[in-house]
Amino acid sequence: MSSATATMEPRAYHLPEEPHLHEGHSIMLAFWMYLMSDCLIFAILFATYAVLGGSFAGGPGPKDLFDLPLVALNTAMLLFSSITYGFAMLAMEKNRVSATQGWLFVTLLFGGAFLFIELYEFSHLIHEGAGPWRSAFLSSFFTLVGTHGLHVTFGSVWLITLMVQVARKGLIPANKRRLMCLSMFWHFLDVIWIGVFTFVYLMGVLR
Amino acid sequence: MTTAQMIFGRLTWDSFPWHEPIVVATFVAVVLGGAALVAALTYFRLWGYLWKEWFTSVDHKKIGIMYMVLGLVMFLRGFADAIMMRIQQAWAFNGSEGYLNAHHYDQVFTAHGVIMIFFVAMPFITGLMNYIVPLQIGARDVSFPFLNNFSFWMTTGGAVLVMMSLFLGEFAQTGWLAYPPLSGIAYSPATGVDYYIWALQVAGVGTTLSGINLIATIVKMRAPGMSLMKMPVFTWTSLCANVLIVASFPILTATLVLLSLDRYAGTAFFTNDFGGNPMMYVNLIWIWGHPEVYILILPLFGVFSEVVSTFCGKRLFGYTSMVYATCTIMVLSYLVWLHHFFTMGSGASVNSFFGITTMIISIPTGAKLFNWLFTMYRGKIRFELPMMWAVAFMLTFTVGGMTGVLLAVPPADFVLHNSLFLIAHFHNVIIGGVLFGLFAAINYWWPKAFGFKLNVFWGKVSFWCWNIGFWLAFGPLYVLGLMGVTRRLRVLDDPSLQPWFVIAAIGAGIIAMGIGAMLIQFAVSIWKREELRDPTGDPWDGRTLEWATSSPPPEYNFAFTPVVYDGDTWADMKKNGYQRPLSGYKPIHMPSSTGAGVILAGLATLCGFALIWYIWWLAALSFIGIVAVAIGHTFNYKRDFYIPAEDVTRTEEERTQILAAGV
Amino acid sequence: MNDAVHPHGGHDHHHDAHSHGSFGSYMIGFGLSVILTAIPFWLVMSGALHDPQLTGIVIMGFAAVQVVVHMIYFLHMNTRVEGGWSFMAMMLTVVLVVIVLSGSLWVMYHLNANMMPHAQMEMDMGPTQEMRVMQNMSEMP
Repeated sequence: MSSATATMEPRAYHLPEEPHLHEGHSIMLAFWMYLMSDCLIFAILFATYAVLGGSFAGGPGPKDLFDLPLVALNTAMLLFSSITYGFAMLAMEKNRVSATQGWLFVTLLFGGAFLFIELYEFSHLIHEGAGPWRSAFLSSFFTLVGTHGLHVTFGSVWLITLMVQVARKGLIPANKRRLMCLSMFWHFLDVIWIGVFTFVYLMGVLR
Repeated sequence: MTTAQMIFGRLTWDSFPWHEPIVVATFVAVVLGGAALVAALTYFRLWGYLWKEWFTSVDHKKIGIMYMVLGLVMFLRGFADAIMMRIQQAWAFNGSEGYLNAHHYDQVFTAHGVIMIFFVAMPFITGLMNYIVPLQIGARDVSFPFLNNFSFWMTTGGAVLVMMSLFLGEFAQTGWLAYPPLSGIAYSPATGVDYYIWALQVAGVGTTLSGINLIATIVKMRAPGMSLMKMPVFTWTSLCANVLIVASFPILTATLVLLSLDRYAGTAFFTNDFGGNPMMYVNLIWIWGHPEVYILILPLFGVFSEVVSTFCGKRLFGYTSMVYATCTIMVLSYLVWLHHFFTMGSGASVNSFFGITTMIISIPTGAKLFNWLFTMYRGKIRFELPMMWAVAFMLTFTVGGMTGVLLAVPPADFVLHNSLFLIAHFHNVIIGGVLFGLFAAINYWWPKAFGFKLNVFWGKVSFWCWNIGFWLAFGPLYVLGLMGVTRRLRVLDDPSLQPWFVIAAIGAGIIAMGIGAMLIQFAVSIWKREELRDPTGDPWDGRTLEWATSSPPPEYNFAFTPVVYDGDTWADMKKNGYQRPLSGYKPIHMPSSTGAGVILAGLATLCGFALIWYIWWLAALSFIGIVAVAIGHTFNYKRDFYIPAEDVTRTEEERTQILAAGV
Repeated sequence: MNDAVHPHGGHDHHHDAHSHGSFGSYMIGFGLSVILTAIPFWLVMSGALHDPQLTGIVIMGFAAVQVVVHMIYFLHMNTRVEGGWSFMAMMLTVVLVVIVLSGSLWVMYHLNANMMPHAQMEMDMGPTQEMRVMQNMSEMP
């Protein structure tokens, strides 16, 4: 490279207007990466279930315990909550605060129904003597399904928090970003549930 | 349950190790030293300063320095454990029990491993990446400054739990990976393994969040013109290491959750009965464990690339192949984990597969080494301290790598697994690679962080003590391992082995002198900082953007975001007649400090403490506290401020004057 | 060059990052998900295929398809989101999940097979002899 001569343009090492990264520039990518890491946690729980799920220790197995109609109902609750969250997002894009809040509330109800049914199922199993301490199969079952349920619980707490924040500040960009992150979280939990109902409940009964 | 048990869980007066004189003496020393420190801070009225300027800071530079301080403090603790082991093993022959009983010794070797990996190496590399990466990419901070602060305090919280175990209760006696069934509730019913679990879980949250933070920073916040293939190699290796962090720490988290469920809820994941399978723990923990060691080494490979090219005055040879080699190592590190348990019995087909993949993964590392050598070839080599450490690394690490390839052969590993040969191998690569890399990095970037160079004489003393000491300490271990001596032995029967252990102990003593020399180096340099001052900000004729700033950089790093035209950006700018702008400064948007990170991490540590001691009411309260404070923090939308243009102008004009005086 | 070069002025409309759905696309995703859920449940509960192995494979296929449906219609995943980084992160995660799951299953299967105690025989004659006997036995018709 020759040194700068009169014919060469001097390089601009700085821009006339400072480049400005808009507020919340990294949040979507970062939250997505957090979800990928959460995926790996579930992968470990699935792997554990796959390896230990056949160890009944002389106790009850999936065929004895799983109530498929109840699981189908639960799956429907979660799927409905996903679509209602989608409607909330559509309302948010149109900046309609009350519609957004309304659909968020319906989502909360469906999520709550999911959790209620799941807690009912767990307490029933424990009553039957099939608690998480009974065998490695049951330990893996309760941990995998329970961890998913815990995520739904945290998501619900987050949802309530966001409803309060939207009520106070409206659909400002920061709140929209938070709602979009929760959206990713919520749908991700439904994806995990596809794995759960397929590999735990349906395959369990097929074994 | 008595009232005392309800309030204090299983914490009682007997939880303090009254009957262990060594621990009591340590406690007294710590209390006296701690009291002296507190008194000094109070006398010099530094509490307010520390809180406002350091603890609540979201500045990546300050957080980076705090990580390095944490790593250094924990390094001294971890090294004390090492010296204790060397003395015990040199002593306990011919019927002597040495000076440590089994209960104590087993905690020492466990704590040594846990501390060195999680609370020395990880904080050191996180500190380096935090400090340097934003500067190298021309950014003003990381993507999530508050999260960065929170991550630091979570790591510190984990360290606090480990240190606390010394005086309250006990630490794990299971080795640094706490295999069940030994680590299960039946065989380790006391607090030891619980301290282990919660310290790692608290610190692990910090590490994972930090990984996400740095990836987002590197992807989103690079200066205009800095495409991926124009990034400095240290930034590349940091990116890959952080991808490994985000992709591997969740595995550790989940596995430790399963172990804690076994301990707290009576589940049967890794038990001997009810269908549990302890081998599954070994499998899972090493799926994390192998990527972990690459997390440790990759950033230091990046350091060596920067150091070698700077001190040879040349572009790094084979930049593209360096990037590809790093990415290859990153992916391959997930295909080798079984080599840590060849002997557990998976059979020939499985062992062969993993033996082959393990040998393959050594190839990209070899490619990197050749690139460094080709960079040195025909370069104008300056043997400043960082370059000395780089050469020492090349010689030392290569030997360790070769013993690794030897261990990758399953039949060989059947003889050498869990022998002192293995110990020698991994200390060879960790000390030769990670630690020597850290010393190179510290000597290289200290002037940038503090504005003055490190004293060379004491640096050289430390260098030679470390190199001689290392080989004296670990050379004998290779021999002993080949002769069949097992790891983690407290008492030895064969007197003919004693000379080797004595040599190893002497080596450890020389390393201790090397550490002492390094501390003296820091002290002398701080004392004589005016003579060692670096006024230009570029004491080594550096090649990457961090050297474009003053030493130390201003709070905002760059008054104007640089536009990047080529890799080795600063070298390119210098060559093309870059002129620093002298006017026209604008207000700069910065994130605000906050105490929320300290509080949240404090609550998390408290929760861990409560869970360890079965103080259920405190665990529940502190957990609710974490959720409440976290939610409360999200109601604060205003977390930024602007540095006024006049302040920027003043800082920059000061720099202009200093530079002019130097010329 | 990344999008930091262009100052955004007053508005904060994101021109790159995330895509949004539309009512139509959400309904398609929902409809497909209902079908892809109902059929597996029906297959298992009714035993219509009369072959547990085949049923297992079929429902796994349905699960895989439904995951993709969720990714596209609910999570708005495509190769352009976040400049391709989201897609790349997802692919890397998929690869790692496959490695973790298949690797663990393969390794644990072999470990269990080799390390399963053949208690009495091993106690009587020791592990080496026991292994030899087991190997001989496996060659028998």
